[in-house]
Amino acid sequence: MSDTLTATAVLEEPGAAAEPMVNDLTIHVATVNGSGSQSSNNVLMRSIFQMGVPVSGKNMFPSNIAGLPTWFTIRANKDGWIARKKEVDLMVCMNAQTARDDVDALLPGALCIYDAPLGCKSWRSDINFYEVPFAKLAAELSTDSRMRKLLTNMIYVGIVAELIGIERDEILAAITKQFKGKQKAIDPNVAAIDKGVEYAKANLPRQNRWRIERMNKTAGKIIIDGNAAAAIGAMFGGVTVVTWYPITPSSSLCESLIDYCRRFRIEKDGRANFAIVQAEDELAAVGMVLGAGWAGARSMTSTAGPGVSLMAEFIGLGYYAELPGVIWDIQRVGPSTGLPTRTAQGDVNQVAYLSHGDTQHIVLIPSSVKECFEFASEALDLAEIFQTPVFCLSDLDLGMNNWMSEPFDYPTEPIRRGKVLSAEQLAQLGGKWGRYNDVDGDGIPYRTLPGTDHPDAAYFTRGSGHDAFARYSERPDDYKNNLDRIARKFETAKQYVPKPVIDQRDGAKIGFIAYGTTDFPLEESRHQLSAERGIETSYLRLRALPLTDEVAQFVAKHDRIYVVEQNRDGQMADILRLHLGEEQRKLRKILHYTGLPCDARSITEAVVKMEASAEYPEMLLVVRADPPKKRVTTTVAQTIARGAED
Amino acid sequence: MAESTLKTTAEAPKENRLGLKATDYSGGKSTLCAGCGHDAISNQIIRAFYEMSVSPERVAKFSGIGCSSKTPAYFLSRSHGFNAVHGRMPAVATGAILANHKILAIGVSGDGDTASIGLGQFMHMVRRNMPVIYIIENNGVYGLTKGQFSATADEGSKLKTGVINDLPPMDLCALAVELGCGYVARGFAGDPKQMVNILKGAIAHNGTSVIDVISPCVTFNNHEGSTKSYPYAKEHDELLHQIGFVQSYEQIEIEYEPGTMKEVTLHDGSRILLKKLEEDYDPTSAIDALQRLHRANTAGQMLTGLVYLQPEKKSFIDLLNVVDEPLNLLPIERTRPPKEALDKIMTELM
Repeated sequence: MSDTLTATAVLEEPGAAAEPMVNDLTIHVATVNGSGSQSSNNVLMRSIFQMGVPVSGKNMFPSNIAGLPTWFTIRANKDGWIARKKEVDLMVCMNAQTARDDVDALLPGALCIYDAPLGCKSWRSDINFYEVPFAKLAAELSTDSRMRKLLTNMIYVGIVAELIGIERDEILAAITKQFKGKQKAIDPNVAAIDKGVEYAKANLPRQNRWRIERMNKTAGKIIIDGNAAAAIGAMFGGVTVVTWYPITPSSSLCESLIDYCRRFRIEKDGRANFAIVQAEDELAAVGMVLGAGWAGARSMTSTAGPGVSLMAEFIGLGYYAELPGVIWDIQRVGPSTGLPTRTAQGDVNQVAYLSHGDTQHIVLIPSSVKECFEFASEALDLAEIFQTPVFCLSDLDLGMNNWMSEPFDYPTEPIRRGKVLSAEQLAQLGGKWGRYNDVDGDGIPYRTLPGTDHPDAAYFTRGSGHDAFARYSERPDDYKNNLDRIARKFETAKQYVPKPVIDQRDGAKIGFIAYGTTDFPLEESRHQLSAERGIETSYLRLRALPLTDEVAQFVAKHDRIYVVEQNRDGQMADILRLHLGEEQRKLRKILHYTGLPCDARSITEAVVKMEASAEYPEMLLVVRADPPKKRVTTTVAQTIARGAED
Repeated sequence: MAESTLKTTAEAPKENRLGLKATDYSGGKSTLCAGCGHDAISNQIIRAFYEMSVSPERVAKFSGIGCSSKTPAYFLSRSHGFNAVHGRMPAVATGAILANHKILAIGVSGDGDTASIGLGQFMHMVRRNMPVIYIIENNGVYGLTKGQFSATADEGSKLKTGVINDLPPMDLCALAVELGCGYVARGFAGDPKQMVNILKGAIAHNGTSVIDVISPCVTFNNHEGSTKSYPYAKEHDELLHQIGFVQSYEQIEIEYEPGTMKEVTLHDGSRILLKKLEEDYDPTSAIDALQRLHRANTAGQMLTGLVYLQPEKKSFIDLLNVVDEPLNLLPIERTRPPKEALDKIMTELM
C-alpha cells in the first residue's frame, strides 16, 4: 500500500524515534465469532471515550453464530474523525484463521499484539510485535474453560490499555457499565484486566508511538447505535403499532423498541399503550403496518433490502390507497445469501420507486444516530400527513455500530396526525365529504377512521379504481385524476421533508453530494483535500426524497459535482440526473461498494485522480474506490479475511 | 325444543334494538353473476348484524382478491371496508384491530385467496386467535380469472373444460381446528337459516371464527361433475346438528330431551344451541371434530354445522394486555413518555 497522502499514518522505519501520535489511532481486533469478544471490545472503546477522546467502534461480523472470523475496529481521533479508516495502527491477532492476512495487511511500523501460538513475529520484520501467552494467563485466572475463553478477551484489553496508556479507572468504569453493576461479573473481568496490565508491564517493551491521553471532547456525549436511536425516537414519537420480522441488520431496532417500551410505555395499571407484534414474514409485517395506519395508529416496521422486496406489492397498495405507515430499511449487502452482515447504500432506487405502476415514495435518510432519533418521529408525522408509506433509509454501519453523539433533545413540538375527520366534524359537514376529494389543492384528501360514530363516516378502501368519493370506478378520467392528485401530494411533500444540509464554500468549484453514512468519510475527505491539497469544496448532504429546490441551486453554483455513495451503480446519482436536466453533465460518481463502510482516503484519492486527469471528460465519470485485490486463496475464511483488509 | 329458539330469530322486528332498519345494513348493488352463492351469504351477513343489533359504524370489513373479496361492498355500507391484496387480508385486519380493538372485524375471502396464496397468513391469524369473523366463500374455482381449479377442489372434480382435478383438497375447517381456532363452522350458501345462526355465533365469539361456506359458482363450477355445484351440495349436505342462537339479553325456555341438545355459552353471554343429530358428536372436542371431518371427507359428504367450539380461549388482544382505549386514539400525552424518561436513557448511554 503506498498511501503517501495519509496524514494519520506517516511511514516510518520500525524502531525509529518519532513524536508520539496522541489520540489518533485505529485498533483492529481479530477474533473468532462467538468467543465473547464483544464485551471486551465495548469496554475498550468506552474506556477511550471516557478519557475524553472521540471514538467510534465498528463490528465486522460474519453471517454465523460461532466459528467464523470477526473483527472489531476502534478508531480514536482527537479531531473527531470517526469514519472507518483503512490503515490499522494497532492489531490484536487472536484468530489463527486470519492472523496471516491480518499481519500482511499492516503498514510498516504498526503494533501487533498476538496470541503466542500464532508465532506472528517470524512473518514480518517491519512490525512491532508483542507476543502474549493468553492461554497461560487465562489459566491463572480460572479453571473453567468457558470462563477462560471470555477472560482471554479481557486480558488483551489490559495489554492494549497498558501499551497505549488508557487509565485503569476508566476501564473499571467501562466494565461496571458493560456488566450493569453486577459484581459477580465485574470482579473476574477486572482481574483479567489487571492480569494483562501486569504481564505487559513485566514482559513487553514500552512503545511511545501511539498514545491515548486524557482530553475533554466527549463530556456529556452518549454512545449508541442507530437502531436503538431510531427505536427511542419512535417511542417518543408516539408510535403505537409495530409489526416486524427478524432480519439482519434491522432486528435490533424493533428489539430495542420492545425493551424501551416495556420500560417506559406501560401505564399505571400495568397495561401497554403499544402493540409490538412479530409477524410471520415481511409481507404480513407491512400488511399489519398499513392496516394499522388505515385504522389511525402510528405504525411502523423495520427490515432490510430483501424484506423491502417482499413488501413491494403492499407498498404499492399503500401508495394508491393512501395508507400511512413507516418502513425502516436498514440497508445491507445483497440478497439473503449475499453478505447480510455487511453494509451498503444499495436500496436507494428500490425504495424510491418501490412497487408497480407509477409510484414514488417519501424517503428520509438519516446520517447520524441523532437523525435516526429525530426522523423516527418525523417519518410517523409525514406518513400521517401524506397518508402514504414513508421510508427511513439507514444502513448496517449506522444501525448496528456504536456512534458518539450529542444527547437527543426531548421533542417539544406536538405530533402531526394529518387530515382526519371526526364524527363531530362530519356532523358539521352534514356528512358531505369525499375520501379522495382534493378540497385544499395540496393533493391531500381527508380521511375517516373505522369506528367513527357517524353514518356517513364509512368509505370503501381499494387501490386506484375509485372516484373522488371512493365509489368504484374504472373511468379513464377518474383514474387519471387520481394519479395526478397523488403526484400533487408528492409535490407538496417537498415543503415538508427535511431540507438538505449545505456547506457552501466561497469560490469552491467542486461540490459534493452525499447522504447517510457517507457523511462521515466525506467530511474527513474534504478536510484532507483542503489540508493536503488546498482544494476547497462545498457539500450538500441529502436528507430526503423528494429532492427539493436547494439541490439544483447547489449544483448551479459549482463546476463539478461529485456524488459519493456506497453502491455500484450510483443510484442516487441517477435520481439526481433525472431531477437536474441539463445540469446533470456536471455530475461525477465516486462509488464505494466493498461491503465495508466507505473511508475518507478512498474518496480523497478518487477526487484527486479525477480532478488531475484529462482522461475524464466533462461528463459522468466513475471511479470505483477500493478496487478488489488479486485473490490468491479461495477458502471462505480467507475470502472473508480479505474483506477485512480491502 | 330447539325449534322455539329458531323461531325467535326468525321473527325479525322492523327495527332492531339500536332503532336501525335492515336497510341500514345493506350495501351496494352486487356485480356478481346472478344466482351466485356469495350474494346469498352477503344477505345473511346483513341479517345477522341487523338482528344482533351491531352498530354498523363499529364494524370493519376486510377482503383479499377474487369474486368473494368484492362482496364487502355489497353489505354494510355504513361500515368501513378494505379490499386488500391477494391472500393477505389477515395482515391488514390484524393491523387494524391492533390499532383499534373495539372494531368488529369481518373478513370475506375465497378458496383461492385463502387456501393458496393466503394460506400462511390465514394460519397465522388463526394461530394468534385474532378476533376476526373469517368467511371463506368456497366454490372450488378461481371465478374472477375464469374458472381455474383452487386448492379446495375435490379430487376427481371436473372443470367445465373437462379438466379433471387429480390433487386432494384442503379442508380449511380441519386446518382451523388443528391450529386451535375456537369457532369453526361449515355452511352452505343454499341453507340461509343455518348460515345466519352460524354468523350470529361468530359475532358473539371472542377470537377468530373460521366459517367455510360452500358457495357454488354458477358460471364456472355448477355443472355436472363438479363437487361444489348446487345440486351436488344439496344432495351431499350432511347436517351435524340444527343450530339455534340466543342472544345474551333473551330469555328462552328450552325444553328438550336430555342428551339431544348441546348448549355453549359464548364470550358475551349469548348461547349457541345445537340440537344433536349425531348422538356421539361433541363440538367442544377437537379430536371429535377432526375425526368427523375426516370421516365425512372420506365418505364424500359435505358436513355442515358448527364443527368446533371452544369459546374460552384468549384472543390475541387479551394476550397483548393493551390499554382499554383503542391505541389509535391515545393522545400524545399518553404515548410520549415524559422528559425524565429521555434524560434517564441519555444518562445510561453516557
